[in-house]
Amino acid sequence: MLGFAPLTIAGAPAALPSALALSATPLARLGTLDIAVVAIYFAMVIWIGFHLKGQSNTSEEFFMAGREMTAWIAGLSFVSANMGSLELMGWAGSAYQYGILATHWYWIGAIPAMLFLGLVMMPFYYVSKTHSVPGYLDLRYDGRARSVAAVAFATEMILMSGVNMFAMAVVMKVVLGWDINFSIIVSSVAVALYVGLGGLRSAIFNEVLQFVLIWGGALLVPILGMVQAGGWYGLQRKIMSNLHNDSYFHLWRDTGHFSANPMGVHWTGIVFGLGFVISFGYWTTDFLVVQRVLAAHNLRAARLAPIIGSFFKMAVPFIVILPGLLGLVLLQNPDGSRRQLVGEDVTAACTANAAGVPTDASACSAAMEKTNLTPEFQQKVLNGAPGAELHTYNQALPLMMVRYLGPGLLGLGITALIAGFMSGMAGNVSAFSTVWTYDIYKPLINKKANDSHYVMVGRLSIVAGVIVSIGAAYLVQQFHGIMDYVQALFSVFVAPLLAAILFGMFWSKATRLAGFLGLLLGILFSAGLFVWVKLVPSALAIVALSPDAKPMAENVFRALWAFLFASVIIVGVSLVTKPRPVKELDGLVYGATVLPKEETVAFYMREWFWAVAVVVIFAILNIMFW
Amino acid sequence: MHGSKIPIWFFIGLLLEIYGVLICGAGIVEAATGNYPAGVQLTELHTPIWWGGLLAVIGAIYLVKFRPGRNAK
Repeated sequence: MLGFAPLTIAGAPAALPSALALSATPLARLGTLDIAVVAIYFAMVIWIGFHLKGQSNTSEEFFMAGREMTAWIAGLSFVSANMGSLELMGWAGSAYQYGILATHWYWIGAIPAMLFLGLVMMPFYYVSKTHSVPGYLDLRYDGRARSVAAVAFATEMILMSGVNMFAMAVVMKVVLGWDINFSIIVSSVAVALYVGLGGLRSAIFNEVLQFVLIWGGALLVPILGMVQAGGWYGLQRKIMSNLHNDSYFHLWRDTGHFSANPMGVHWTGIVFGLGFVISFGYWTTDFLVVQRVLAAHNLRAARLAPIIGSFFKMAVPFIVILPGLLGLVLLQNPDGSRRQLVGEDVTAACTANAAGVPTDASACSAAMEKTNLTPEFQQKVLNGAPGAELHTYNQALPLMMVRYLGPGLLGLGITALIAGFMSGMAGNVSAFSTVWTYDIYKPLINKKANDSHYVMVGRLSIVAGVIVSIGAAYLVQQFHGIMDYVQALFSVFVAPLLAAILFGMFWSKATRLAGFLGLLLGILFSAGLFVWVKLVPSALAIVALSPDAKPMAENVFRALWAFLFASVIIVGVSLVTKPRPVKELDGLVYGATVLPKEETVAFYMREWFWAVAVVVIFAILNIMFW
Repeated sequence: MHGSKIPIWFFIGLLLEIYGVLICGAGIVEAATGNYPAGVQLTELHTPIWWGGLLAVIGAIYLVKFRPGRNAK
């Protein structure tokens, strides 16, 4: 996500780890076979790291994987970099709460942007031979824009790595009862080893591995859930009879007004805020994902990679959204009644003492009154009765795993979650290492070193990045509120960056100063909106244009305003400053670039053919679930 | 893929093969002894046997198709 783009692209609710941490007893216990499955995965990733060490000696090999990846590997890595475990668990929880509305973050919030990257933007990234997105800003504008983007991105990456690390440790503690320090140490050592040895190539290999594991480990949950629910129509009947609300099955029908759908969003926010600004900002300018495509072995592979990724992205709701919906009617309490999951505020208010009784009964009672929990179950919780445990929305996916997966299969499911967390960390530190070395160390600290020196700096920055991440993980453990701010870094940064990139790539008159000021002032404006809503919650109604708007709507509208603000700055400043000569913009700007001629291939091997196929499937899915 | 002694698909095949054999084997033992895990739903479908078997078959295909040195022959 975004690697982890929380609350925006496929992000998990910000309070996930703290919410999960409140569960008293582990959800599952691993047997010997399950532990063997997990251990084999760790052995495999370390082996891959050592195997690839010999192929990561030059900077091009270490930071760009030698630009040797096929379209399939780059495409799977591209989409996998966004499939972290927090995202999977968070969006399964969102589906439990909001129904298939959550699917927007996988479909309109991803597919158009992925196609646009492959078909329109990739040639400029690829032909310019940039090593990074900040590097493109350097080529198109100047070092000032690059430095702003590089510092913001590097900071975001390293903090996100820490958040991923902490989140994994908490999830492992809650699901399996593992010690938090043990999880942090094992995961950080493994990531530092395999990325430090093999560089980006190692990170990409492990992302592809993670992709296979997630499908192998998680696909069984919706399959078995659908068998038990009686198929799609059986699931619909069960939800209607239990909840009497068919909004759970509609993507668009109830988005005409903020209050008409449980998510509190309006279709304009979904289309323009999510579908355009946030989605395009993430999928086309976030270096974490773009780096995977830049590693492709030729331009056609680079253009095909996001399109291949988009097919799989469209399928992800099957293993994320569907388990959330199934959990709504299939999860049961020990007495056989329907288990109702609750928000993290309720579990926080009902934190139990050693005897299993809430420490603050009145706060717990007040929190539970706002839920749909039956009075009898609420009383059981207050009494600390056996089996009367509260579970949060974000535990929907692990609870479904425990429900259907026995020995071995559960180990595979847990391994998929671990792989998701670790590849998230690996993606963060590998992108950090590249941006640190190419966009901060090389231009600002040591311009004239030889190639092997920069590889050494890259390896050291991975180790340093992991160490800082560990520090960030413990910081988050101490101050959970920090997570909100860390995750907000992405949403604050992405919209102005998108404006700078789009105007830079498609408008030759955008000037150096305009790019720099648009980016800098756009970030400040976006941060200002974030702080404003934090300090004055009622400001949400102004930012999101409705008193009925909910926090999810704030992110999409804040991104929209920040994009428009940065765009106005870029256009305004460009009109009063002198543009670069067009001949200097060859390879950087649409209209000033002659793209290299690609070899003629059969129609079914062309990116346009597959892009049309994606568009058709995308349209059919949206109509089917309208 | 280029420049790699062992393709990523081989690693994936190996992992799927190991997991498939382990999970399928555990499923067969479960079915033979009737000792099913407590609390797990739909055990009558013998999921570990067919899912583990599927993983093993896919793993075997990848192991053969992407074995190291195959392209050099």
